[in-house]
Amino acid sequence: MLIKALLIVGVGGAAFHALRTRDPGGRALRRIAAVCFAVAGTLAVLFPGAVTWLAERVGVGRGTDLVLYALVIAFLFTAIGLYQRVQLLEERIAQLTRALALHNADRHRDDVD
Amino acid sequence: MAGEGELDDVTVIVPAFNEAASIGAVVNGLRDHFAHVVVIDDASTDDTAAIADGAGATVLRHSVNLGQGGALQTGFDHVRARSGRTWVVTFDADGQHRVADALEMLRVARSEDVDVVLASRFTGAARDIPRRRAWLLRGAVLFTRWTAGLAVTDAHNGLRVINTRVLDRLRITLPGMAHASELLGLVARHRLSFREVPVTIVYSAYSRAKSQPDLNAINIVFELALARLRA
Repeated sequence: MLIKALLIVGVGGAAFHALRTRDPGGRALRRIAAVCFAVAGTLAVLFPGAVTWLAERVGVGRGTDLVLYALVIAFLFTAIGLYQRVQLLEERIAQLTRALALHNADRHRDDVD
Repeated sequence: MAGEGELDDVTVIVPAFNEAASIGAVVNGLRDHFAHVVVIDDASTDDTAAIADGAGATVLRHSVNLGQGGALQTGFDHVRARSGRTWVVTFDADGQHRVADALEMLRVARSEDVDVVLASRFTGAARDIPRRRAWLLRGAVLFTRWTAGLAVTDAHNGLRVINTRVLDRLRITLPGMAHASELLGLVARHRLSFREVPVTIVYSAYSRAKSQPDLNAINIVFELALARLRA
């Protein structure tokens, strides 16, 4: 069934995304994905039948199931993106804290070490 | 008193987080032999910094808690900014290490001119080590041998002697306690020369209460695995 291939590609894409770090193209891809998501969402609202039609084409019984699957994949990408962002921030906080500690020590007593 | 010429090229770095009960004795013991003792206060909420300062240590204060790995890296950066230091000793703040062991490790480091000297409680003596702890640490050793490819007999010992010429290559990035394995991984990757020296770990009621929970081993494995995937 087509849906299985699509889901596996989605999960694989998320894993690939997780392993690549801070690629400059990442943000552009996310923006494209967001636009596609908005367009698909609007179409789904305007033509509810279209989702069911698409679901049947890819091998899912109901339109709601297709929406659920899409949500799971989207959540996966979001969670990974946020995780990477938090890691980056923690790294920066560590550098900042370290620089501050060294700076203050040098200011207070540059006689000894 | 401190400043006995020979040890003037050594900086002892002591990462400390809420160690007010033990830091004074630890710093005093170190100051008897070493001129340069640096305590990295990892945003303690007790009097650790004041006591360490009073005992004659240089105190570097973290504004926010970065974990022991982060504190060690701050100490490394401090040493790298100073010329004339050939050796760094890392020493735990809870009183589980003996100064005599650090001195012996320095003697080995100098006479054999190695990059890193590691302490091993399993070739030496571990006093009153809890049995479950012993098994866990042996597991950590096997894990380190397997992942880092380094033939060590103790993986998570806070007592180390490091030659400052290799500090540039030992950049600790992992949070929490995974840094111990990360450090060994870097030693293996950069093919640094190392020796192990048997030491005695004093498992007092205090150091037992202060040390990391056994379950933290799970966190360490996960952090190392993630770091490996990203590399």
